[in-house]
Amino acid sequence: MAPVFEYAPAPESRAVVDLAPSYGLFIDGEFTESAGGDLVKTVSPATEEVLAEYTRGTAEDVDRAVRAARKAFETWSALPGAERAKYLFRIARVIQERSRELAVLETLDNGKPIRETRDADLPLVAAHFFYYAGWADKLGHAGFGPDPRPLGVAGQVIPWNFPLLMLAWKIAPALAAGNTVVLKPAETTPLSALFFADICRQAGLPRGVVNIVTGDGATGAALVAHPDVDKVAFTGSTAVGKEIARTVAGTAKKLTLELGGKGANIVFDDAPVDQAVEGIVNGIFFNQGQVCCAGSRLLVQESVHDEVLDALKRRLSTLRLGDPLDKNTDIGAINSAEQLARITALADQGEAEGAERWSPSCELPSSGYWFAPTVFTGVTQAHTIARDEIFGPVLSVLTFRTPDEAVAKANNTPYGLSAGIWTEKGSRMLAVAGRLRAGVIWSNTFNKFDPTSPFGGYKESGFGREGGRHGLEAYLDV
Amino acid sequence: MSERLSVLKTYKLYVGGKFPRSESGRVYEVTTRTSAADAAGKGAWLANAPLASRKDARDAVVAARKAFGGWSGATAYNRGQVLYRVAEMLEGRRAQFAREVAAAEGLPKSRAAEQVDAAIDRWVWYAGWTDKIAQVLGGANPVAGPYFNLSSPEPTGVVAVLAPQESSLLGLVSVVAPVIATGNTAVVVASERSPLPALSLAEVLATSDVPGGVVNLLSGRTAEIAPALAAHQDVNAIDLAGADPALAKELEVAAADNLKRVLRPHPVDDWTATPGLDRMTPFLETKTVWHPTGALGVSGSSY
Repeated sequence: MAPVFEYAPAPESRAVVDLAPSYGLFIDGEFTESAGGDLVKTVSPATEEVLAEYTRGTAEDVDRAVRAARKAFETWSALPGAERAKYLFRIARVIQERSRELAVLETLDNGKPIRETRDADLPLVAAHFFYYAGWADKLGHAGFGPDPRPLGVAGQVIPWNFPLLMLAWKIAPALAAGNTVVLKPAETTPLSALFFADICRQAGLPRGVVNIVTGDGATGAALVAHPDVDKVAFTGSTAVGKEIARTVAGTAKKLTLELGGKGANIVFDDAPVDQAVEGIVNGIFFNQGQVCCAGSRLLVQESVHDEVLDALKRRLSTLRLGDPLDKNTDIGAINSAEQLARITALADQGEAEGAERWSPSCELPSSGYWFAPTVFTGVTQAHTIARDEIFGPVLSVLTFRTPDEAVAKANNTPYGLSAGIWTEKGSRMLAVAGRLRAGVIWSNTFNKFDPTSPFGGYKESGFGREGGRHGLEAYLDV
Repeated sequence: MSERLSVLKTYKLYVGGKFPRSESGRVYEVTTRTSAADAAGKGAWLANAPLASRKDARDAVVAARKAFGGWSGATAYNRGQVLYRVAEMLEGRRAQFAREVAAAEGLPKSRAAEQVDAAIDRWVWYAGWTDKIAQVLGGANPVAGPYFNLSSPEPTGVVAVLAPQESSLLGLVSVVAPVIATGNTAVVVASERSPLPALSLAEVLATSDVPGGVVNLLSGRTAEIAPALAAHQDVNAIDLAGADPALAKELEVAAADNLKRVLRPHPVDDWTATPGLDRMTPFLETKTVWHPTGALGVSGSSY
């Protein structure tokens, strides 16, 4: 289908981002050199251009950061809540002021469209700090007793799909509750966390309250295993989450895990098809499907299968894939060569196992990591692409006849993070929502987030909640 | 005339609402616990309790899973009434349990009776929680957009419970009641040394409208049964109250395989203290449901 309109390029300027050639580790309030860690390059996934070099933190660096955080904990936790609150409000404001810069930076380092970083990531980041700021002097009213205490030093390991947002989800509640943190950003997206260090400086945050140690899996493992860490928070793959759970077993460390998902998006025959199609697209193609709560399994009622699929394919043909910095871009780059290889392998397996593959005709840029939006129909529950988390722009379509069958299929997964329901019938929506074993249910919408709304999974999608009053529990000694 | 010879009870497991022997056919000797007997290394014979096997544990998980849909789907009011009924049934058997607890824990009669009374009151306490916990832990979230957004606690599923080793009845009730009050079903490993009050409690549960399978009670070696439960892929959570530190660590490692919710053991000096929410929240999931609120205008509803 030929596009109705041709769009002229509308790239966002990168001039707002001032990148240094290389970065050290942010420990005890200043950027310092590593004790022996080498420098690694971080690239723009859209162009493979090297953006900067950062430090692969060693176990020794982690230890230094934990000691700084431990030292800062004494004074930070003793500060009146109202004072901690004001620091967090300051951070929220500085993020708002610098949101254009941070949005461009995030798009450069992650590959996601500027439309998303500008309209989703950054507003949510600021809102998260603003929300938890207000809790800092009201913890006694949160339902955890009159004077709940912080845990101490939190070791936090975050993923590459929403780098700054996941940082906010980790750091804001931790600091509000009176903890200090050592955070390790993901290997492929370290830059926004390093810029956040500068925001801490501008906000006048006491030294050692936030420490950023960049690095790889070994750096994260050292942080999780550090004996003086009181709290471990991890967002990432289920396999690593299980390894972390084993590591902290038998210790006093409190653990929360936000892991993988294989969310079912259920479309009933009475659903408003156009809105449902927007929800399906948002569910699996938002952030190139690199979302733990993605609606990666479309369960569509048999009687409307063809109608929904036709409308979906029509809609997908209008998505614009390309330069993430272009304001008209819908689909950006896959975050890394490694992730692209994984998506490619799983999609190929889907084809090999007999599902029918479809993508809109779209030209992929010649450099960078790209994967066209892909829809598989004729998928059965036994297919790998119906069971494994792909973490990419790949939708597996299954069908059902009755609500019971929809619920059974939706729950037929070790995961339990998200699900969607599309129906005009309120009683059916509530009945299905009640029986789905998932932590977040979006009905007649999808992929909505808010700092007041608890987020987290059932079963192997992890435990603990982030967001809302519930999110405080992870950082309080209760 | 000679003194009447008493009729002894054959203690059995409680699985799926029935009272089977261990499939293994094994039993172990349970003795009284008195300081004097301890000094001698052995108390007086009380009973041969079933020595449950790993297979018994797996059967119990199947029964608990089967019961989960009905129990978690029951109204909170109904669950509250059932738990209160347990208290009623237990009240009627105070003398029996006081005797059993005294023998099991080596307590004077009066102290044992206090333990039984506290156990009864604990059921009443949790009976009252069933229809309140959702209001305390859940609620509407004021999201920044035109959405109705509600968080509610839901039971996590099948919970393996290693009952405390020392407090044979009050400790047991204190760990089991919160698990089922919140809508979970339980596979319980009774105190290894003192399993008889637990096995007798099964008779109370069986006559209290608690659906079969909601609570399953096993007696035997904690270190033998617990690893099977910790590694079981259809168990959602495990309460390690009755595990020593070394066993607790081993079980927590095994539990990571399917990311069970783990409640680590904490020393409890006084089981009579009023519990907080601490034994309910670990076995509750938070489900958050979003829905657009739409707009009431000439344009009709909006998504």
